[in-house]
Amino acid sequence: MTPQDDRPVSPASDGGTPPTRRQTKDAARQDEVRLENAAETAGGELPPPAVPATAAGIGAGPGPEAGLMQRIMTGNALVAFLSVVLSLILGGLLIAVTDQDVARASSYFFSRPQDTLGAAWTAASSAYFALFQGSVFNFEGDTFTRMVYPLTQTLTVATPLICAGLGVALAFRAGLFNIGAQGQILIGATFAGWIGFTLHLPVGVHLLLVILAGMVGGAVWAGLVGLLKARTGAHEVILTIMFNYIATNLVLYFLSTPAFQRPGSTNPISPQLDASALYPPLLGPAFRLHWGFVVAVLATIFVWWLLNRSTIGFELRAVGANASAARTAGVNVSKGYILAMAIAGALAGLAGVAQVSGTEKVLTSGVAASFGFDAITVALLGRSSPWGTFAAGILFGAFRAGGVAMQASTGTSIDIVLVVQSLIVLFIAAPPLVRALFRLPAPGATRAGKGSAPTRTPASTGAAA
Amino acid sequence: MKNSLRKFSRGTGLSAAVLGVSALVLSGCGAPPAEDSSGGGAEAGSDYLGCIVSDSGGFDDRSFNQSSYEGLKKAEADLGIEINQAESQAETDFGPNVDQMVQAGCNLTVTVGFLLADTTKAAAEQNPEANFAIVDDNSIDLPNVKPIIYDTAQAAFLAGYAAAATSETGKVATYGGINIPTVTIFMDGFAEGVAHFNEETGGDVQLLGWDKESQNGTFVGNFEDAAAGKTNTQNFINEGADIIMPVAGPVGSGTLDAVIEANAAGKDVKAIWVDSDGYETAGKGEEFILTSVMKLMGDAVEDVISTDVEGNFDNTPYVGTLENGGVALAPFHDQEANVPADLQSTLDELKEQIIAGEITVDSAASPK
Repeated sequence: MTPQDDRPVSPASDGGTPPTRRQTKDAARQDEVRLENAAETAGGELPPPAVPATAAGIGAGPGPEAGLMQRIMTGNALVAFLSVVLSLILGGLLIAVTDQDVARASSYFFSRPQDTLGAAWTAASSAYFALFQGSVFNFEGDTFTRMVYPLTQTLTVATPLICAGLGVALAFRAGLFNIGAQGQILIGATFAGWIGFTLHLPVGVHLLLVILAGMVGGAVWAGLVGLLKARTGAHEVILTIMFNYIATNLVLYFLSTPAFQRPGSTNPISPQLDASALYPPLLGPAFRLHWGFVVAVLATIFVWWLLNRSTIGFELRAVGANASAARTAGVNVSKGYILAMAIAGALAGLAGVAQVSGTEKVLTSGVAASFGFDAITVALLGRSSPWGTFAAGILFGAFRAGGVAMQASTGTSIDIVLVVQSLIVLFIAAPPLVRALFRLPAPGATRAGKGSAPTRTPASTGAAA
Repeated sequence: MKNSLRKFSRGTGLSAAVLGVSALVLSGCGAPPAEDSSGGGAEAGSDYLGCIVSDSGGFDDRSFNQSSYEGLKKAEADLGIEINQAESQAETDFGPNVDQMVQAGCNLTVTVGFLLADTTKAAAEQNPEANFAIVDDNSIDLPNVKPIIYDTAQAAFLAGYAAAATSETGKVATYGGINIPTVTIFMDGFAEGVAHFNEETGGDVQLLGWDKESQNGTFVGNFEDAAAGKTNTQNFINEGADIIMPVAGPVGSGTLDAVIEANAAGKDVKAIWVDSDGYETAGKGEEFILTSVMKLMGDAVEDVISTDVEGNFDNTPYVGTLENGGVALAPFHDQEANVPADLQSTLDELKEQIIAGEITVDSAASPK
């Protein structure tokens, strides 16, 4: 499917009836109006249209699932918050159910039920307490450094998540479902790492070059996807997934060559990066927090500016909202795809730099951990807005940092963190479920009454799907 | 619409509740223990804390993380020490996990795998009062770090010889997870064993999947993709190999699947397991496992801990060999009937020769 095939589809067509020319036009016009309003009121945090009028943005072709996709990516804040709360409650139940003390006490549940319930409460609350202690403030620390260490640890882990999450969010806003952050981080880290351990340059220049190399690496890797989509119409989801595999195996190959190995060793692990290529510690050597976090904050500001204040950002959002309307309005859609992916890749590359220059200090095949995939969740939870993504990145950083402490002090498997994260995605993807549980009104219900085009509420779509 | 959804959620809630209650009814009828169940008395050495940090494979990898962890569990049971463990989901967890262990006051922390070398080294330098042991890495030279490494090629040599002697088709095969020294050392030893058999008996058994000269061969590219392991194995079987040794951790289960299928289709194909005795640990296809190249990491870990409990910690690398029993060839179990009658005695002889140094099994990956 070429981009030219992106037909705007009015929501009325979700049921299967083909859209009339009139409806299509209406939908396109609505979007343009919304975008113009957006540009005018861009001073504040701009909510993306709660229910995009068209399904063309995602490029997945007409059909309800494409519209749903867009809705999921730009859901509302309350649902995101409640999803986190729900996931934590379910996670707590899971901790309780899998706890050995609870299992022991439940064998005589009918004789003394309070034992089971007490054990369940102890298991869940101590695990979450440990999670908090490992991610925010350690009440048992013997020095001040140890007490605040967890919070810095959270920010450290959040750094790559924020950078990569911003990349994913930016692509979302341009209507591209970028699954490829993992590969972009890896390639960015490879470029950055190679400059870091091969070249020996003066302090300052070296780090700058490393950062630049990481961004270029990620941008090239993702830009290729944008180019292929713009030129051939290949779907970016398939492309980015395949590019992830290529990146993983490419890094493994590089690490099997002497240029990427330590002298005298054939293990697939690179030499340590030069000290001049590392992010300096932000709060002194006692903490792992590095200047990469400041870079992440700057990146967030940049993306906010780009999306809300710049012409390019306006065009990207136009392409994301309705590619055909954007094209009609004179926006170069192909350029938009390539540019959106390249910037997204550069941001993911920054995440790679945060890894090799910040925390890991070496290049290995596992340097990206699962940050590229977590970044998708982070962007979803942050509703694809820059500061939302920033906040979601910090939350996920806290989960990861706290999970390590939770595992060490209560023996709760760190996998529980993964379960909670996955539940969050599940709930965000099913807003009707969250609304039904909390008895929230469906958004758009009021708007549908006065709107010209009939608007399907997410609730009804979700139930139908 | 919304009402139906609500009804739906109420319905599922109800059925979930029924399920939960019936589970409780079924399992909750036991008698409670006495009210004041005070914990067991303190055992000797219980103020000693032994810890372990896995690499990203986790403690259920049926490979080196698992065997090391079992060693620690054994030390807990035998020596009455306290233990603490941290599983790494990804390489980014190494630093925080090791830090958690140091903060928890671990007397000895076992780190599993060469990927943890940098982290272990840094932690050991910062905490000279704590001891560390690192499995499969010999790059650290610090007074409080004991490397635990294995000359696996010695045991793999015996496996190669046994495979060559047992093969009906004259072709045996091996493949690896990733082309790294801890994997290729198995493949080198295996190749040497096959070559030795050919030399001794004038046979012409071919080895597929590994070329020792060029240090290149068949690799899956990871330690997870069992399906790829199965495909590799089927390819080898189609090329005529009848004994296959996967050196790829959990990927090996794909080989067992392929071998089970091939046998069901009337072919006589066998597998050789690695790391632990597959007859006991693989969980399927035991009857087709000819033998296993064992790295007895559990024993080494327990050994290092008990030495440290006694206060005799030293940093001389522990090198597992045939001589000290750190590596070994597993018994043939069910396959006893299918191997040549004098094979076991020949293998015993070869083992003696290797221990005596009359045969040297060299691999680029051997501990120097």
